[in-house]
Amino acid sequence: MSYRRLRAVFVKELHHITRDRLSLAMALATPIMFLLLFGYALSLDVDQIPTLIYDQDHTPESRDLIRQFEGSRYFHIRGNVSHYSDIEREIDRNRTLLAVVIPPDYSRNLAAGRRAQVQIILDGSDSNTASIALGYVQAVVRNYSVTPIVTPPVDPRLRVWYNASLESKNYVVPGLIAVILQIIAALLTSLTIAREWENGSMEQLLSTPLRPTELVLGKMLAYFVVGVVDATIAVLVGVFIFQVPLRGSVLLMAVSTCIFLFGALFWGIFISAVTRNQLQAYQMGLMSSFLPSFLLSGFVYSIENMPRVVQAITYVVPSRYAITILKGVFLKGIGINVLWIDFAFLLLYATAVFFLAVRKLKGKIA
Amino acid sequence: MRLNNNYAVVTEDLLKTFGSFIAVDHVSLQVRKGEIFGFLGPNGAGKSTTIRMLCGLLTPTAGRGSVNGLDIATRPEEIRRVIGYMSQKFSLYDDLTAEENIDFFAGMYGVPREQREERKRYALEMANLTERRRAMTRTLSGGWKQRLALGCAILHDPPVLFLDEPTSGVDPIARQAFWDLIREFSKTGHTVFVSTHYMDEAEYCHRVALMYRGKVIALGAPAELKQGLTSHQLYQLDTPDPLAAMRALEGVEGVQSAIFGGGLHVSVAGEGDPSGHIRQALARGGNEIRRLDRIQPSMEDVFVATIEAEEQKAA
Repeated sequence: MSYRRLRAVFVKELHHITRDRLSLAMALATPIMFLLLFGYALSLDVDQIPTLIYDQDHTPESRDLIRQFEGSRYFHIRGNVSHYSDIEREIDRNRTLLAVVIPPDYSRNLAAGRRAQVQIILDGSDSNTASIALGYVQAVVRNYSVTPIVTPPVDPRLRVWYNASLESKNYVVPGLIAVILQIIAALLTSLTIAREWENGSMEQLLSTPLRPTELVLGKMLAYFVVGVVDATIAVLVGVFIFQVPLRGSVLLMAVSTCIFLFGALFWGIFISAVTRNQLQAYQMGLMSSFLPSFLLSGFVYSIENMPRVVQAITYVVPSRYAITILKGVFLKGIGINVLWIDFAFLLLYATAVFFLAVRKLKGKIA
Repeated sequence: MRLNNNYAVVTEDLLKTFGSFIAVDHVSLQVRKGEIFGFLGPNGAGKSTTIRMLCGLLTPTAGRGSVNGLDIATRPEEIRRVIGYMSQKFSLYDDLTAEENIDFFAGMYGVPREQREERKRYALEMANLTERRRAMTRTLSGGWKQRLALGCAILHDPPVLFLDEPTSGVDPIARQAFWDLIREFSKTGHTVFVSTHYMDEAEYCHRVALMYRGKVIALGAPAELKQGLTSHQLYQLDTPDPLAAMRALEGVEGVQSAIFGGGLHVSVAGEGDPSGHIRQALARGGNEIRRLDRIQPSMEDVFVATIEAEEQKAA
């Protein structure tokens, strides 16, 4: 390998990058746009659940129960109805998610010391939200039913670690940083070799002593500069705009992000070498980085709940490891002693994709 | 394989097929050191494919070749250090300046640090771009771009230079200037292997090979090839209606005619003076003869005659 040729490729690519102002501006603005968009939109928090009350009892006891719901920030009482058909209509029109029906014998049963029942009607079409809402309802009802009677023998004192306020942004943002970097990095490099093929300069390059290793490394390093700027922007937005706590080692995060970037950039180069066509390379780059890093990385859906086969696939999705590391460093403040496996996988992935790309370029024109 | 050191490029039965299509059909050539070797033929004749095999961009299906004494099958990496190559399509970077393109290729070819400035100055002067060294390559016109590409291809002073259709799409004055540069370059002992489909450019070459459908159908110095056309005599006919004249000559034994410029080139097989014969045939069709002169065949005539002979052989 020749350092001079490597440097010549690096300098040339930097020229390409700085000359194409529009693409550069896009590359730098994208992480901010993505973070703001997804950081706010992709909230998995369930609160202010639109709720209807159907009180058939109309007693002080039933009103007391309703007050419990009113007092919780998880529920937003949209009003009272006097018929089941009203509930049905409101749920069908997506105006309410939950209805609490208090039967006419509610207070009578309570007074007689019998079990009083309350009916909860839930829109289950979004099962995730529905089950979370159900959890809140049960908590409210349980609390209410426990208070007047004796203290239960077991008193759970719940303490949530790492994300005490259970805010979804705290785990969405670190994962989002990994997803964004994966997409941007792959897109940045996916055009670079395809462009050389399309405008004929690849043939010129192949006639010189330039080796594939030098070409791949030189190009990767030039786009790495852009990737590092993007990563820095993303982390700063996470810490200062979203106020995500950064508890662990910044150094560990920086090093693992760099290795993750290497892998993603090499992946783009590999795609570019395979397709030799900018449009195809762009599409493949987008698909192959966006979908897996979004769906198969544990970013939105937890890997433990996936079918076995899909779980196996996630092992070759590099964002999976990057997300584990970023969440670990951001929220748990854990170090390399715990994260070394994910770190090793990232390193392995980057190395493997690098050799794939080089091998693909070793082939001749035909 | 015989690696004679007097030859810059040697091929023996070089073959390249793409599926059932034979692009290069058993081509054997020997190009001497310091020679300008022209590769002539229509588009699709296999010129580019041959050059690309010699530059290590394509693997031959069969046969052998060597460049500067290096076998193309076993030592492609070394070949890349001793050749300059200009592909058919302009392939410098449009979004880099002339100077940045030169710097990049100087890096690619590993031009030694102490020579770099001097080689760069030479390339810029040769391309006449010293003043516009910081101009974006995209803004340069065809002729400038092409000279810049040549400058980049010879930064490392390669003993063998491959030019694939370097003058296609360039205006005649720029073409002339370009060939002057090539001649200069070859005077210093460099070998130039150049392909073109402009037959008149054969005159600039020391020797030419005519390629047709993957085969070399004639090989020699341009003058030799023209003299070799003794079996035919060539006449230039000036007539008001060349098409009618062509029809009048159709079917006359041993006579071939082709529209050439505003007139007709008539080639007649055999010895003796056939001009009376032609005049009679034309007069029968009522054609006016303004002039009828015996002329020296051009490269194009040679090419047409050779192809016809080739096709008759095949039929």
